Amino acid sequence: MEIPKVLKYVKTHEWIRIEKEMGTVGITDYAQKQLTDVVFVELPQIGKVVSKGEAVAVLESVKSVSDIYAPVSGEITEVNKELENKPGLINEEPYGKGWIFKLKIKDPKELDSLLSAGEYEKSVTGDR
Amino acid sequence: MLKKTPLFEAHKKLGAKIIEFDPWLMPLYYTSIIDEHNTVRNRVGLFDVSHMGEFSIRGKDALAFVQRLITNDASRLNNNQVLYTPMCNDEGAIIDDLLVYKFSNENFMLVVNASNIEKDYKWIEEVARKFNKDVILKDISDETPLLALQGPKAEEVLQKVTDLNLSKMKYYWFKEGKVKGIETIISRTGYTGEDGFEIYLKPEHALKIWSRLLKIGKKEGIKPIGLGARDTLRLECAMLLYGNDMDETKTPLETNIAWAVKFSKENFIGKEALLKQKEEGIKQRLVGFEFLEHGIPRRNYPILKDKEKIGIVTSGSFSPTLKKGIGLGYVKTDLSEEGTEIQIQIRERAVKARIVKTPFYKRKKA
Repeated sequence: MEIPKVLKYVKTHEWIRIEKEMGTVGITDYAQKQLTDVVFVELPQIGKVVSKGEAVAVLESVKSVSDIYAPVSGEITEVNKELENKPGLINEEPYGKGWIFKLKIKDPKELDSLLSAGEYEKSVTGDR
Repeated sequence: MLKKTPLFEAHKKLGAKIIEFDPWLMPLYYTSIIDEHNTVRNRVGLFDVSHMGEFSIRGKDALAFVQRLITNDASRLNNNQVLYTPMCNDEGAIIDDLLVYKFSNENFMLVVNASNIEKDYKWIEEVARKFNKDVILKDISDETPLLALQGPKAEEVLQKVTDLNLSKMKYYWFKEGKVKGIETIISRTGYTGEDGFEIYLKPEHALKIWSRLLKIGKKEGIKPIGLGARDTLRLECAMLLYGNDMDETKTPLETNIAWAVKFSKENFIGKEALLKQKEEGIKQRLVGFEFLEHGIPRRNYPILKDKEKIGIVTSGSFSPTLKKGIGLGYVKTDLSEEGTEIQIQIRERAVKARIVKTPFYKRKKA
């Protein structure tokens, strides 16, 4: 199971890459394995203002449906349109081409609540 | 207590994602459900389906007893032939659907669904007690692991390790024969819609034959296949799944397997009730539908017609072959005609779908 150290995580299995006030969000390698093949992605509207913990996207796999939550509050600035034709990118490259959306972070203080790679790893090993 | 098949450790070594499939720990997939699905459609895949139950029914009156239990007609079977049938209660409701293997008039094997083993055995025992004739019933599930080798290349692979002439074996026939010197029962049956075989074994031989098949099938592109692809494969062929598409609230007439109810047969459990239902007509019917828009139907989603609920989805998935949402569900009989446009309620969306002829996918016969 791959958990890159440079990213931050939330317990609901999203990762966020923080670059100044921008955050890129996707799901973890662990999550994509649990979901199995993603075959359909419902992306959020650009410009939508979301709160931390709010469901912003939907991933459908062969086996199940999962909501994707915003790790922090902010405004959606970009979505990964490529997923509409190639939802499998989420399984192939969960930390790369399988990113889901970008948002402008509203409150930097919320970043303190995010998990480090080590903390996230502990939370998923406890899961099993 | 969770149960493991003799191949559990082998699955883990292959990197399988294991799920609880009450009460079994089974592989859901090894690499990817879609990849495994396509492997079976195009090449050949090997399944561990040891969780399935097997009962032996022997004795002078075995045939008469089996005839009483099932709705289909086992008297038409030759030795070494297999029959699909529902098994109903007195109300005509489905206790289970199963396969009947006929060795002789005095010797049968029933293959039942994993989740129903205990229930079925109790029921059959009770019927046997009332029947009060010469039958010996035995649950041989734990001593009978089962492998399924499925796909267009299945015969080619299996022929390398058995002396049986597989090209002579017809669909729904079986033979007792050796695989790599080990006694097995091989039938030309399956739950994928492809050509293929099911291989009944002894526990001590399961790992050896599993590993052997994976090795000698390399050239043909063999892969181990989990229960995830088993479900998408069977759904594309509209093969029913007990517990989803049928249960004890449904009769074979409602589930579209009326062809497996033989009213011409003298007497069988549920006959009266089913005859009555046939005369009165059914109120709901199982249909297949495909999506006309993006989306994936799932079990228990409501089926709508003009915003009014007319039924419920019992199985649904993304079809890897057709690349769209497909499903099975019950609708009111008067709205069950092919071509009828319906909607499936997915969260806040009502997604357009159409009732279609099943199976959704049919393999091209060679």
